[in-house]
Amino acid sequence: MFESLALQALLGGVLIGIGAALLLAFNGRIAGISEILYSLLFNPLKHPDSNWRMAFLIGLVGGGYFMLPVEFSLRQGYSPILLVISGLTVGIGTRIGSGCTSGHGVCGIGLMSRRSMVATITLMVTGIITTTILRNFIG
Amino acid sequence: MQNILIALICGLIFGAGLVISEMVNPIKVQNFLDPFGNWDSSLAFVMGGAVAVTSFTSHFILKRTKPIAAEQFYLAIKTSIDARLILGASLFGIGWGLTGYCPGPGIVNAIINPQEAMVFLPALVIGGWIGQRYCA
Repeated sequence: MFESLALQALLGGVLIGIGAALLLAFNGRIAGISEILYSLLFNPLKHPDSNWRMAFLIGLVGGGYFMLPVEFSLRQGYSPILLVISGLTVGIGTRIGSGCTSGHGVCGIGLMSRRSMVATITLMVTGIITTTILRNFIG
Repeated sequence: MQNILIALICGLIFGAGLVISEMVNPIKVQNFLDPFGNWDSSLAFVMGGAVAVTSFTSHFILKRTKPIAAEQFYLAIKTSIDARLILGASLFGIGWGLTGYCPGPGIVNAIINPQEAMVFLPALVIGGWIGQRYCA
């Protein structure tokens, strides 16, 4: 679809940034996906902010759906145990660390938050260590 | 209603970006997290492009006394860099590295790779609940 992988990544990144910037500019909200997901799920259903959070997540999946002609090979037969451990640690980690790749990485750094910069560097480093060990010493 | 529509549009743009950039492809994410192996550096441009936009625009946005369509900005209150932040981000990175999924791409994968999403997403929700219940 695109000549260069880097260009494709850059274009996608710019779109992610625009989505986050518009949410802040118009609604005053941070596009932190873990925060949006968990606030929606763990607050009472009639919470006044549930509607926009639900709308954002529907948009997220819908936006992905529209772009699905972008082709890449699907992973199959990946360890379900790893998927469960991964989901659990990512979930626990976002709650303790108050954010994920979008909240800290995209929004927080954009707001020049030192806290978010430290969080992003930390999750990158442990992510690299984990994948490196997984691929070279286990898988 | 206006805020709901805006959130929907922002989600659409964000989700489209996640697919175009291939952040939703966990193989590619793991290739990015494997700099000593067959490193795919292109995902650095995703974060680079996104942060370029947010850092440039936030400068102008926060000059306003309030958002265009809301009464106030809802920004993070915490500024401290403490052990909780490091522990949480570390756990997050470990989970991210194990599969290549973080929350946004995990959610979008409900329609791309449902076989993996139907295992990852319930675990993500339970993990969030555990974190909220016992660690918050």
